[in-house]
Amino acid sequence: MNVIMKTTLYGSLFDIKRYAIHDGPGIRVTIFMRGCPLQCWWCHNPEGIRSLSDDCNADGEFLNKQNSNSRYGAKNISSRMSVDEVLREIEKETLFFDESGGGVTFSGGEPLVQSEFLDAMLRESKQREIHTAIDTTGYASQEILEQVMHNVDLFLYDLKLMDNDMHLKYTGVSNCCILNNLKMLADQGKNIAIRFPLIPGITDTDDNLSAMVNYLSCLRKISTFHILPFHNTAQHKYKRLDMEDKTGEIAPPTLDQIESVKLRLEDAGLSVHIGG
Amino acid sequence: MNSRIKTLRENSLQAIPSISAERAALVTETYKSHAAQKASVAVRRALVFKNLMEKKQIVILDGELIVGERGPSPKATPTYPEICIHSRQDLEILDSREKTPYAVDQPTCQQYEDDIIPFWQGKSIRERIFEEMTDEWINAYQAGMFTEFQEQRTPGHTVLGDKIYKKGFLDIKEDIQASLQKLDFFTDPQALDKQEELYAMDIAADALITFAERHADQLQQLAQHETDAERQTELEEMARICSRIPANKPETFWEALQYYWFVHVGVITELNPWDSFNPGRLDQHLYPFYKKDLEEGRLTEEKARELLQAFWIKFNNHPAPPKVGVTAEESGTYTDFALINLGGVKEDGLDGVNDLTYIILDVIQEMRLLQPSSMVQLSKKNPDRYIKRAIRIIKTGFGQPSVFNTDAIVQELVRQGKSVQDARNGGASGCVESGAFGKEAYILTGYFNIPKVLEITLNNGFDPYTKKQIGLTTGDPASFKTFDDLYAAFEQQLRHFIDIKIRGNNVIERIYAKYMPVPFLSLLIDDCIANSLDYHSGGARYNTSYIQGVGLGSITDALASIKLHVYDNKKLTMDVLLEHLKNNFENDGELRKTFLNQTPKFGNDDDYADDLTRRVFETYYNAIDGRPNTRGGQHRINLLPTTVHVYFGKVMGALPDGRKAGEPLSEGISPVQGADRNGPTSVVKSAAKIDHIRTGGTLLNQKFTPQLLEDDNGVTKLAQLIRTYFRMDGHHIQFNVVNADLLRQAQQEPEKHRDLIVRVAGYSDYFVDLSEQLQNEIILRTEHVGF
Repeated sequence: MNVIMKTTLYGSLFDIKRYAIHDGPGIRVTIFMRGCPLQCWWCHNPEGIRSLSDDCNADGEFLNKQNSNSRYGAKNISSRMSVDEVLREIEKETLFFDESGGGVTFSGGEPLVQSEFLDAMLRESKQREIHTAIDTTGYASQEILEQVMHNVDLFLYDLKLMDNDMHLKYTGVSNCCILNNLKMLADQGKNIAIRFPLIPGITDTDDNLSAMVNYLSCLRKISTFHILPFHNTAQHKYKRLDMEDKTGEIAPPTLDQIESVKLRLEDAGLSVHIGG
Repeated sequence: MNSRIKTLRENSLQAIPSISAERAALVTETYKSHAAQKASVAVRRALVFKNLMEKKQIVILDGELIVGERGPSPKATPTYPEICIHSRQDLEILDSREKTPYAVDQPTCQQYEDDIIPFWQGKSIRERIFEEMTDEWINAYQAGMFTEFQEQRTPGHTVLGDKIYKKGFLDIKEDIQASLQKLDFFTDPQALDKQEELYAMDIAADALITFAERHADQLQQLAQHETDAERQTELEEMARICSRIPANKPETFWEALQYYWFVHVGVITELNPWDSFNPGRLDQHLYPFYKKDLEEGRLTEEKARELLQAFWIKFNNHPAPPKVGVTAEESGTYTDFALINLGGVKEDGLDGVNDLTYIILDVIQEMRLLQPSSMVQLSKKNPDRYIKRAIRIIKTGFGQPSVFNTDAIVQELVRQGKSVQDARNGGASGCVESGAFGKEAYILTGYFNIPKVLEITLNNGFDPYTKKQIGLTTGDPASFKTFDDLYAAFEQQLRHFIDIKIRGNNVIERIYAKYMPVPFLSLLIDDCIANSLDYHSGGARYNTSYIQGVGLGSITDALASIKLHVYDNKKLTMDVLLEHLKNNFENDGELRKTFLNQTPKFGNDDDYADDLTRRVFETYYNAIDGRPNTRGGQHRINLLPTTVHVYFGKVMGALPDGRKAGEPLSEGISPVQGADRNGPTSVVKSAAKIDHIRTGGTLLNQKFTPQLLEDDNGVTKLAQLIRTYFRMDGHHIQFNVVNADLLRQAQQEPEKHRDLIVRVAGYSDYFVDLSEQLQNEIILRTEHVGF
């Protein structure tokens, strides 16, 4: 039955990135999955927000030719791939994982959106002794998280805004379940690295930082805290995808701004890194 | 670097390569002498060397710590008329050409016209070689099917072992005497030839001692007139050193360096061997002297650094001898390929990295000179600290050091029949060639244009470039029913041209053995003295001839395109394909795009393409490996290009992978420029699918931007990438950490730079995929990083 599932269960992806060196430990493969319930103003991967059906015809072929990845010469992915096909791509990198302590990272979009596919991918990866990470907003039902978490070695968990109204404004959703899920994972003793997008004037406010520190201090186990400074790098993607771009209004943080946030969080006892 | 080194380095960088007629005149003088005319060929060559060592100008520059120049001043480059006689026109071209010029002044031209050309014209090895070659060899050579390394430079391609650190030339002379004693005139028909060779070696040994003594005398004189007391002491010490070595074995670090340098100058003055000469495993050889000197208070770490820096500058003072014609095309560089080896394993198999390894790495970084070239041998036994230190130099972006897999090299050499100790004492030289240092004559004979074989096959033996039938008539390609039929014809053509090349090699080897022995070089490589045989005649313990394959990526992609579109998918017929190739895709840009973008390519970890790479590799290997040369050894393969992939591309029409006529081929075992689109892990996986252990070296180039290596994380991950490639038996990898200029070119010609990866912001991406503004931003950042 498992075999049938592997070949018939399809995921919708927008990229497979090899030699990913900022998405968890070691040399990794990052699987970028489509679909995201959030619409963050500063999103770097707007192509991942939309689900497959927005951009593709029924066979999973891209409507926008520029966005297509052909079978040959370009990256070895198509938009719609079975568990088996994706596993084959991941397993090509096994020796690099072994040498570096790397593995696979599921990112997006929000990987938990395609929970069934993700669950299968994680289970199959673990069976193959491959280290797994998911890069998640945490915006999902607790049942889904509970289902997949046993096969996740590391959660790269986004924490953006502690105030619910602000969260709603800048991401389009409430942070309630995000915070609850984080607590649940921490209670379970899961390995969690917080990823904090430093968006000047939005996430680096005094209020937000102190709320975050307070919240994290109550959690059992947070391995590291990563500051991801905002960069104006996704404008061309918005233009290409013909999507509304709000990133133009945001200025990247200065080195001083980054450093002061880092010090502040370190003072609170967190192990802080800049970058992924 | 202190001010003295700074000045010496600056002077070396500023010196303009020029042609000196000094050597040519002295060689001509000897050849005209009665003594030389009545001598055997071997002794005549020794007399040439003796005359050079006795009469060539002694050069001691202000502030120098290591002395000895090949020419009368830094970068004054001698010529070798007995090998290649330059015409007046050649000299004018050398003087005026845009790339790698050598200044030629009027007196030099005059001397050439009056004395050198009249004596040597018609007598040089180059002329003899071309006279001896068959028509089919000449046709293939002119078509750019292969090049010939020995037509302007002599078969060197070797590296010194530990001999000079254990023996002085007086000890070596005793070895010569012992061999003379053992000559058996009763049963050995070659006894007389051997005796002449040993006499020649003895003369050559004395000549180098004389050369050193002349330096000692001049240093002594300089010391007497020196007013600065500190420099005076230095000059006296240098005079002492030059009167002690090379006659006696070295006792100190300084003596060891100076000894090597005299030997180096000797080898590159005797003749113009490829890859000049090379101390090889420098950290291994020098470490005992370093340690002893430190312990006995003779040396400080700082002084050792200064001496090494002075030693580095000596290499930089010596550009490659001038090359013309095809040789200049295949190796268009001043670099003369002395490649310092660091790290690796010791003879007993233990980790070879020591304190001096790290000091030499510092010297490499600080000197930042193109010569000598440098590399790190990386064994699984070497610590990560070592490879990370090397990467921190690589990331400064001058392409050094390159990284080699010791464990693969040892296996390659053992497979070729070397003892495991000789293999562990070996390494890589030139570009990437594996060798048993101090014990092997491993001669590169020429580059072989593998994609050109396909072009000839697709034209039924006819060469569109020279408009001649140079290959076999393997049939009209349209008549091939399957891909295997086409491949069989390709294989047949390849064997045909390899046969032609090997026949030529065997003749050329004998020409060198008969007419151009090297008694001085033979002193240095085991077991020439014990065998009483010249280096050119098979005197070395191991004798290998390489034919360097070029264009593995291009041939893979071309075959993959034919296989997919003509045979598997039947998108077009062979006739239509050939028509497009003939028209250089002028009429169908769409088809070309399909070939470029919708076709499997080598370098993407895609078995459809990589299986073809393996198939071509096996064909090439089977055509060459194990075939005997004339020196008691075998032909072997390696895969490297220097600059020949550009020349080989010039002589070719369009290829089915979408490459247009005249464009460069892929280099080494790297993917076609821009064809690898899945990142470095896929590249090294594709590259590792061929069996490196059955080669004598492969070359893989990778481009990285400085941003990708800016933090410790980047350095660590690159170390892990290299370790993984080496786990898969990859032989070598080098990194081009690109600068802003290249990024600007990539903006202008994105199709050629598809593989360029840049660090953007917390993630990496392909440069050409980025918006123009972002590209500009990264270019600015690159310049800001300011490597």
